[in-house]
Amino acid sequence: MTMKNLMTQLPLAIAITAASAAVSADDLTVVSWGGAYTKSQVEAYHKPFTEKSGTNIVSENYSGGIAEIKAQVEAGNVTWDVIDLEKADVIRACDEGLLVEIDPATLPKGDNGAMATDDFVDGGLEDCGVANIVWGKIVAFDESQFSGKKPSKLVDFFNTKEFPGKRGLKKTPKVNLERALMADGVPGAKVYEVLGTADGVNRAFAKLDQIKDQVVWWEAGSQPVQLLADGEVSMTTAYNGRIYNASEVEGKPFKIIWDAQFAELDFFAIVKGTKNLDKAMEFLKFSTDTKRLADQTNYISYAPARKSSIALVSDKMMPHMATAPENFATAVPVDHSWWADHQDELNERFNAWLNK
Amino acid sequence: MNTTPDLASNAPEIDPQLKLRLRKAERFLKVRALLLVVPLVVFVLFTFVLPLTEMLYRSIHNPILVDNLPEVAALMRDWDQQQLPGDDIFTAVGKGLVVAREQKTIGRIANRLNSEHAGMRSLLTKSARKLRKYKGDDYKDYMLSLDKRWGEAETWGAFKVLSSEYTLTHYLAAFDMQYNAQGEIVSQPEERQIYVDMLLKTLKLSLLVTLFCVLLGYPLAYYLSILPPGKSNLLMILVLLPFWTSLLVRTSSWIVMLQGQGVVNSTLISLGILSEPLDMMYNQIGTVVAMTHILLPFMILPTYSVMKSISPVYMRAARSLGATPANAFFKVYFPQTIPGLSAGAILVFILSIGYYITPALVGGRTGQMISNLIAYHMQTSLNWGLGAALAGSLLAVVLVLYWIYNRLVGSSQMKLG
Repeated sequence: MTMKNLMTQLPLAIAITAASAAVSADDLTVVSWGGAYTKSQVEAYHKPFTEKSGTNIVSENYSGGIAEIKAQVEAGNVTWDVIDLEKADVIRACDEGLLVEIDPATLPKGDNGAMATDDFVDGGLEDCGVANIVWGKIVAFDESQFSGKKPSKLVDFFNTKEFPGKRGLKKTPKVNLERALMADGVPGAKVYEVLGTADGVNRAFAKLDQIKDQVVWWEAGSQPVQLLADGEVSMTTAYNGRIYNASEVEGKPFKIIWDAQFAELDFFAIVKGTKNLDKAMEFLKFSTDTKRLADQTNYISYAPARKSSIALVSDKMMPHMATAPENFATAVPVDHSWWADHQDELNERFNAWLNK
Repeated sequence: MNTTPDLASNAPEIDPQLKLRLRKAERFLKVRALLLVVPLVVFVLFTFVLPLTEMLYRSIHNPILVDNLPEVAALMRDWDQQQLPGDDIFTAVGKGLVVAREQKTIGRIANRLNSEHAGMRSLLTKSARKLRKYKGDDYKDYMLSLDKRWGEAETWGAFKVLSSEYTLTHYLAAFDMQYNAQGEIVSQPEERQIYVDMLLKTLKLSLLVTLFCVLLGYPLAYYLSILPPGKSNLLMILVLLPFWTSLLVRTSSWIVMLQGQGVVNSTLISLGILSEPLDMMYNQIGTVVAMTHILLPFMILPTYSVMKSISPVYMRAARSLGATPANAFFKVYFPQTIPGLSAGAILVFILSIGYYITPALVGGRTGQMISNLIAYHMQTSLNWGLGAALAGSLLAVVLVLYWIYNRLVGSSQMKLG
């Protein structure tokens, strides 16, 4: 080990060793987002997998991003085996060489006999990840705060005259710029083309300017639900599963506007350098087969990423799925490779804009 | 301690054996003292000095191109940025990309280049895919026909910036500057300038918090110091109780208090004082209020301990010699409290300049501080170099301010308790 390596790796290694001493080597560590979502994964994936293989699964939570994976891989001390990542992060982490590549030909076929490459939804197979759920970045509102006409379209989010009240937005340019353009009249199919020009970016920021002083910014997925519940905002962008939980399970008067939802995928990926590569791969294949993905919808309203699983979803849950036909009609897929190119400069510009 | 050997050397009649034994005994004491502090030294080395050095190193160290495409890096260092690079550079880049694609390093190279110039990521990955099948040897023509961006100065400017192992780009970015395509240092476009503003705002908010802590803490500390012990102990517990409560709990309770439908607003509205809720949250007011509350004990405790040790006799003497109360206070009492006051103020200021959780939770859009951006670059954008450069700049600012403070007040004039 050269001095340079020693300098960069030693402190990281020490910190990580100290943090990871508690987990035994035979366990498989699966990292996900916590809350109701992790619970659904434990029921649908972890428990059956432990039953089948005898491998104990340690469930850890994180709050997104790939900084921790990067730290573990660079320090050469990987304690996370399988991780649930958003699409943008799968692409990024794969680019940075932090994840194990997965050959789609080795994935199990669908129940209907379809090859995995045909069975997963569009974009559901990345070089380093296999999608498990489809979820929607949607707009939700508190029904009790609108006595007369209720909002029903994305445009209404930007119309604070007709639909008064503060708005909740995630503190990131991603998807907010797209929403702004669409509310300004750009059709979903052209959003990224327009956003690719300097004029398009200005136009998106100008539209956001209209509601800037009405916005409460949130960062974690649980915050928008809390903001709605506290009456801090009347309308907010959110993730469909969280709103489902608040309205259907906890009985809050929240409604989802499915118009122009931004469809997103979550992926299972394996951290490069894991000591349990075989088990991790086994777990990944097990939990992304037709039956497991369909089973998860019994516990949470996120849609399975396999077409063959959708047929198995119960009638009760189907209307809450992001991929239900009536919800999906105006859905726009987030273009993550476009964002990979532009995130650095747009994030900087967004931060500067926020600050002004 | 050090008077003993002197005495020994001034007294030649003492037995040399005794001198030797004394030295031995002293050496033993020294070694024992050293051994006692070894754990601390090791601890500080591993938890403070090493990470700090590593961070500063990362802010200038930039090995990605040199390590992965050494030939390209070497050629780019000689390129003068006047016109488009020659065939040799195109060939080196073209061949290098194919190799990097095979070795799976292209993603990292592309991400780093992309942070210098947007769009480099797709340009590199797309070109590498096509170049793999290219059999000819006129790379320049071929690459220019693949994508017109290969003919643009900005593309090559990004390569040039990364061509040496050590670079100042992160520090330039931390001060809203960049290298342009010709290699000159210019300002960032106005809509992307943020870090200088943020640094100034951080200083402003920290100064405000310090000022409020002084204004609120000084009289309270004075009151505590003149009360009889029974009452002052009770009040002291009221100061310490929040101090012992978790930072997160206290910040969240401020959210409950200050938000639009929160305790303060709904009380004021139900009393008829306000008709619309005030915006006291998710802006600079929220940050300053919550931080002042959280940092107040750091002001009160050192000030109190110094005031406690000032005898009331001085004030009485001043009054009996004819000073007005104000005069007595400013000429006699106040100067004696400066050690505690300045210790408290500098504690609060330095703690608040690096504050992170509270602004993140209650600062909203405008109440953010520079640590929130550092955390953002460490956790989200993964631009660790820029994060390190921002942290390095913050460190430099703190050191400069401390130096100025030391010149004005003097560090000996500081007493923590």
